[in-house]
Amino acid sequence: MDIFGDLLIGVQTAFSFWNLTYCLLGVFLGTAIGVLPGLGPTATVAMLLPVTFGLPPETAIIMLAGIFYGAQYGGSTTAILVNLPGESSSVVTAIDGYQMARQGQAGKALATAAIGSFIAGSVATVLIAFFAPLLSNVALAFGPHEYFALMVLGLAASVVLASGSLLHAVGMILVGLILGLIGTDIQTGAMRFTFGSFELADGISFVVVAMGVFGLGEILSNLERESDRTTVLAKVTGLMPSRADFRRILPPVGRGTAIGSVLGILPGGGAMLSSFAAYALEKKVSKTPQQFGKGAIEGVAGPEAANNAGAQTSFIPMLTLGIPSNPVMALMIGALIMQGIQPGPSVIQDQPALFWGLIVSMWVGNLMLLVLNLPLIGIWVKMISIPYGYLFPCIVAFCLIGVFSLANSTFDIWLMGLFGVAGYILRKLDCEPAPLLLGFVLGPMLEEHLRRAMLVSRGDVTTFLTSPISAALLLIAAALIASVLAPAIRATREEAFQDED
Amino acid sequence: MQGHRTKDFWAGALYLALGLATVILARGLTLGSAARMGPGYFPTVLGGLLAVIGLVSLLRGLVRPAERVDRIHLKPMVLVIGATLFFAASLDVLGLAVALPAAMVIAATASRRFRIAPMPLLGLAGFTLFCVLVFVRGLGVPLPMFGTLFGG
Repeated sequence: MDIFGDLLIGVQTAFSFWNLTYCLLGVFLGTAIGVLPGLGPTATVAMLLPVTFGLPPETAIIMLAGIFYGAQYGGSTTAILVNLPGESSSVVTAIDGYQMARQGQAGKALATAAIGSFIAGSVATVLIAFFAPLLSNVALAFGPHEYFALMVLGLAASVVLASGSLLHAVGMILVGLILGLIGTDIQTGAMRFTFGSFELADGISFVVVAMGVFGLGEILSNLERESDRTTVLAKVTGLMPSRADFRRILPPVGRGTAIGSVLGILPGGGAMLSSFAAYALEKKVSKTPQQFGKGAIEGVAGPEAANNAGAQTSFIPMLTLGIPSNPVMALMIGALIMQGIQPGPSVIQDQPALFWGLIVSMWVGNLMLLVLNLPLIGIWVKMISIPYGYLFPCIVAFCLIGVFSLANSTFDIWLMGLFGVAGYILRKLDCEPAPLLLGFVLGPMLEEHLRRAMLVSRGDVTTFLTSPISAALLLIAAALIASVLAPAIRATREEAFQDED
Repeated sequence: MQGHRTKDFWAGALYLALGLATVILARGLTLGSAARMGPGYFPTVLGGLLAVIGLVSLLRGLVRPAERVDRIHLKPMVLVIGATLFFAASLDVLGLAVALPAAMVIAATASRRFRIAPMPLLGLAGFTLFCVLVFVRGLGVPLPMFGTLFGG
């Protein structure tokens, strides 16, 4: 079928009354929770995930996507107004955005972020509509070898793009893979690492891990820094940018969109890396680089466009290959599996309404963000000014009820507490929890494909190198790892992540 | 020698312990062969790899100058995690309407600015009511409203 016929299905799905309502609700809730200081998109999506369990699959994923980009936009709002970025991807926005806010241009900075995000989101949505079906056609021919190699590549890329120590990123992936093994072995029915516990027979739900490590773990880290929170809010005035401002922000938005669209597909810190790269590029091409860091509007427009484009295109590998490129996509995969849909190349054929509905709804959702957020800025400012002391007990409460509702048992709450402690300790040791979640979600798939591939080849390991696609993928993975170990690239990588602190 | 206070050392020790535990626990599972992997094959390989990574990190922590571990703040950890465990343990007996606000108060004491005042208490009551209405009535989550203690 041609792409217009497909898009028509998408329009019919996305514009159904309930899907529009849930998209709006998702965008609203996502922004409302995303603006809260210290809560990034991952924690927001994990917290709100149980709300979608009762919905049909299309509606659930449409709402979750809305929550995701809503949360990302909310995070930028907080970064601009109080210089408290919720997630690493809005760190860059805070640099110039907060300076603009301090100079009385908060409204203009917010509008720039919103318009940049909208343009980038629209372009990225078109890219998904064209490239996802192509990629999924290629992936349909994949056998267990290619899948195994692809996942290894995904994990390797997430190691390279993770900030911090390479060794710890690999370590955390392995920890995630091992945790993913807990439960019944699919092929033999043997119980693994369940310690005779009946509740562990089905394995640990990824929501428990995500809420424990990202929800509770982050609360514990935030409580330490409680005293140095700034409560001074910049005043929001003069929302609309002038015609001259528009001319200034359009080129950076275009460049940011291009960078974000490409980097978003890559596994690992796609959204974060793309906003850093976009900022660096804007600084380089600017005629007045000394303005950067002092409230340059280009320093807001470029990174904001890049991180939104990256957020959208990160759906491509998730939907077509079933491989998450960041923790939020890992949550999306988990949500789809809970809905009885195995993400992978067959999703486009088997679930056209879900796939095309999601794509159309992304554009609708981005439009909603643009139309809603600027008038509602007063509400977001009020949400930001809620003291953390009132906020975090409510987050704890949502985590408690959410985790209980997974299996209607208190066992998962005990586990979540355990993962909360683990998340806090790991942060103390500079071990990033994101690779852990990727490993956790990919673990069972990785093992299944490995076992199938080895069965087909009768135990011959070279089989991964004789299939051309799998050999190429593994070669890229090896090259990625080698590139980080090479001293020259290592130095630039460390430099690139320096600005983060 | 940096001693055993560095982040690398402790992270390595953690990996090593977890890796070894995985390998030891996987010994009870059929290993199988490379062609027909049993349930124990993949875990043993992963556990072994993790143990090696752990050993490297541990040695690196001993040899290379590195950051020391920041102070672990026990009070918030005990209170917030304690609140979740309290909720898990008391839900059946107390019910959501009592266990939830109680857990929230326990967690809230972790904040340096915690104090008892009428407005936050009113907010707490309102929030509990909101949760009961939305989750139990609205979304139909089978949480006990009042526990066995109150004859619920």
